Amino acid sequence: MTDLTQDQVRERIEQSLAGRHRKEKLFRGLGIASIAFGVLAVLVLFTDIISKGSGAFVQTTVQLEVTYDPAVLGIDKVDEESLTWANFTGVVREALRERFPGVSGRSEKRELYSLVSTGAPFTLRNRLEANPELLGQTEKVWFAADDDVDTFYKSLDDSAEGFRGRTSDQMAAWVAQLADSGELKKRFNTTFFTNGDSREPEQAGIRAALVGSLLTLMVTLALSFPIGVAAAIYLEEFAPKNRWTDLIEVNINNLAAVPSIVFGLLGLAIFINFFELPRSAPLVGGLVLTLMTLPTIIISSRAALKAVPPSIREAAMGMGASRMQVVLHHVLPLAMPGMLTGAIIGMAQALGETAPLLMIGMVAFIVDVPGGVTDPATVLPVQIFLWADSPERAFVEKTSAAIMVLLSFLIVMNASAVWLRKKLERRW
Amino acid sequence: MNTMILDAGNAAPAATGQVEQDTVETNIKVSETVGQPLCKDAKLSMRNVNVFYGETQAIHDVSLDIGRNEVVAMIGPSGCGKSTFLRCINRMNDTIESCRVEGDLTLDGEPIYGPKVDVVPLRARVGMVFQKPNPFPKTIYENVAYGPKIHGIASRRAELDEIVENSLRRAGLWDEVKDRLDKPGTGLSGGQQQRLCIARAIAVSPEVILMDEPCSALDPIATARIEELIDELRKNYTIAIVTHSMQQAARVSQRTAYFHLGHLVEVNDTETVFTNPQHELTEAYITGRFG
Repeated sequence: MTDLTQDQVRERIEQSLAGRHRKEKLFRGLGIASIAFGVLAVLVLFTDIISKGSGAFVQTTVQLEVTYDPAVLGIDKVDEESLTWANFTGVVREALRERFPGVSGRSEKRELYSLVSTGAPFTLRNRLEANPELLGQTEKVWFAADDDVDTFYKSLDDSAEGFRGRTSDQMAAWVAQLADSGELKKRFNTTFFTNGDSREPEQAGIRAALVGSLLTLMVTLALSFPIGVAAAIYLEEFAPKNRWTDLIEVNINNLAAVPSIVFGLLGLAIFINFFELPRSAPLVGGLVLTLMTLPTIIISSRAALKAVPPSIREAAMGMGASRMQVVLHHVLPLAMPGMLTGAIIGMAQALGETAPLLMIGMVAFIVDVPGGVTDPATVLPVQIFLWADSPERAFVEKTSAAIMVLLSFLIVMNASAVWLRKKLERRW
Repeated sequence: MNTMILDAGNAAPAATGQVEQDTVETNIKVSETVGQPLCKDAKLSMRNVNVFYGETQAIHDVSLDIGRNEVVAMIGPSGCGKSTFLRCINRMNDTIESCRVEGDLTLDGEPIYGPKVDVVPLRARVGMVFQKPNPFPKTIYENVAYGPKIHGIASRRAELDEIVENSLRRAGLWDEVKDRLDKPGTGLSGGQQQRLCIARAIAVSPEVILMDEPCSALDPIATARIEELIDELRKNYTIAIVTHSMQQAARVSQRTAYFHLGHLVEVNDTETVFTNPQHELTEAYITGRFG
C-alpha cells in the first residue's frame, strides 16, 4: 500500500462524502415517498367513503296532512287491541290522495303511494299511541320518503336531473312539486341510529349491529384479556425455558397468523355443534373472536413484560419479594400500558372481523336489537357485508355510512390506545 | 509464597495448638488463596464455592469469610467473577437458569443453599445495593416502605412512618427528601437515588448488605457521601462491597479480596494488600500493570 499524504486522504474523504450524501438523500426520499403513498391511499379511501356515505346521515322526508279518521282507521277508541289492526295504511293513502287530488288509475295510484316509506303507517301508529287524543284530528306529519325517492332527490343536480332507477317521470314531477312547496326536505336521519336492519333502506339502521358488536366485544374482552395476560405472565415470568415452552411459543405465533375463517369453522364445530350454544349469538361470536385475539394479546403482553427493565425485577427480588410479588407489585404495573395497548389493538381487530362470524351464523338478517349475549345478533362488519350485497341503490350509501361508523370506532379505539400508552407510560 | 492460615487446612487438627486455628474449620482446601481468607467470628462463611454458567466455570473453588461488622472489599479486573460471587450470597444468581452454585455457604452457620432454604427470608437478612441506582418507579416513601410492607414488619402506619424516617436518616437522605416523600424516587439525582436504594435495603434491618459497585454510576461528590455512609453503616451491618476503584476499597474496607479469572488470589487486611501485597498478581493489579 502506498502512503497517502494528508491532502490526498482529505481529497478522498471529500469524494466519498458526495456519494454518502446522495445515498442519504435517496434513503430519506424513499421514506417520504412511502409515507406519501400511504397517506394518499388513506385520503382516497376516506374521500370515497365519505362522499358516498355522508348522504345516509340525512333522510328525505315528506310532509303530509293526515287525518286520524275513525272511519278510515276502522276504530272508535285508542287501545292496544285497536291499534294493532287499525288501518293506518289507509290514512296515509288518503293523505296522499288529498295532496295530489288528480290521481286516478291503479298504476298511477301505486306510484303515488310509493312516494312515502312503507314504514309510514308505523309512524302514525306510534304517534297515535303516544297521543290518543289525536283520534279524529288532523295534523301535519313528516314521513320518511321511499328509498327510491330518497335516492332520486339526493342525486338531483343543478339541472334537476337525478338518478332515476324506479322513479317515473310522474313521481319526479311530484317530488319537484313537494320540494318547491317545502313539503319535501332532507332531515337528519335518526332512524339510521335507532333501527335494526330492514329490507327497506329508509328503515334500515345500524343499532342492532352496533349493539351486537358491543356485546360480542364485551365477551371477547372479558375472556381474552385475563386469559391472555395470565398466559403471558406465566410464559414470561414463571415457565422454565425448555422444549415445551418453545413449542408453545411457536404455536402461539402460528395461531396469530391462522386465517380467521379457520377460527370460525372451529367455533362452529366446537361451540355450536358440540356444546350446542345458540347460533348467531354474540356469546359464540365472542368466544370465536377470543380464540382469534388471544395470540395478539399474549404476544403484545409478553413484549410489554420483556420491556420492563431487569433492574426493577432485581431491586424487588433483592428486597426479598417473592416471584409473585415481583410480578404483581412491580412488573405488571409497568407492563400494563403495553398490555392495554395490545388488548385495544386486539379488540379493534376483533371489531373489524367478519369471516369467522359468517361461519357461526351471525350473518343472519336480524331486525331486532339484541338484548343479551344469547340473542341472535349481527355485528357491524357483517352488516356492511350484508348491505353491500343488497340490490337496492339506497343501500350503497348505507354501506358507506356503516363503514364510516365502524372506522370512527376503530379510530377512537386506536387513538385511545396511543393516548393510554402516553398517559400511563412511566420513565425510569 | 506465604501461606499462613492456609496450611491449617492440610495440617492435622490441633497440631499447632493455636486457638485461632481451632475456631476455623479444618477440612477445607484453600490451596490457591494467600493471606487470610478466613476469620474467627464469621458472619458469612463461604467454602469451596464453584459457580458455573452452563459449561463455563466462573468461580473456581473460592473460600472466604466475612466477619461481623466488617467491610470486605472485592476487587479485580473486569470479568474476574467478583460480582458473580457477591450475588451467590443472597442467591440472586437463582434467576439465571444456566447458573449452578456448588460449595458450602452459610450465614450465621445456617446454610444459604439447600432444598429447605427459602430465599425470601434470606434476602430480607442479606440486602443488596446494585451498580445502577434502581429505585422503584414509585414514591420515595413507597420505595423505603416496600420491604417492611411485604415482610410484614410494620403493622401500623405510624410504625411504617418511623421505619421510613429512620432508614432515610441512616442513609443520610432524610433532610433532602423529607418534604417530598410523595414524589417519585426516580426524580432524585443519581447519588440521591443510590442512597434511596441503601435506605430501602436497610429498612428491613438486614444483617448483611451486599454492594455491587454502588458508586460506579456516580460522580465523585456523591461517591464520597456513599463512602462515608458505608463507614457509618459498618456499626450495624456486615458489608461486602465489589468495587472497581482501588482507592474506594482502601477507604472503606477492613479487608480486601483480590479476584483474578474466577480465582480468589489474595485476601488480607486492606492496608497489607495495598502496601505489601503477597501475591505477584495482586501487586501487578494494584500497581496498575493491568486491569
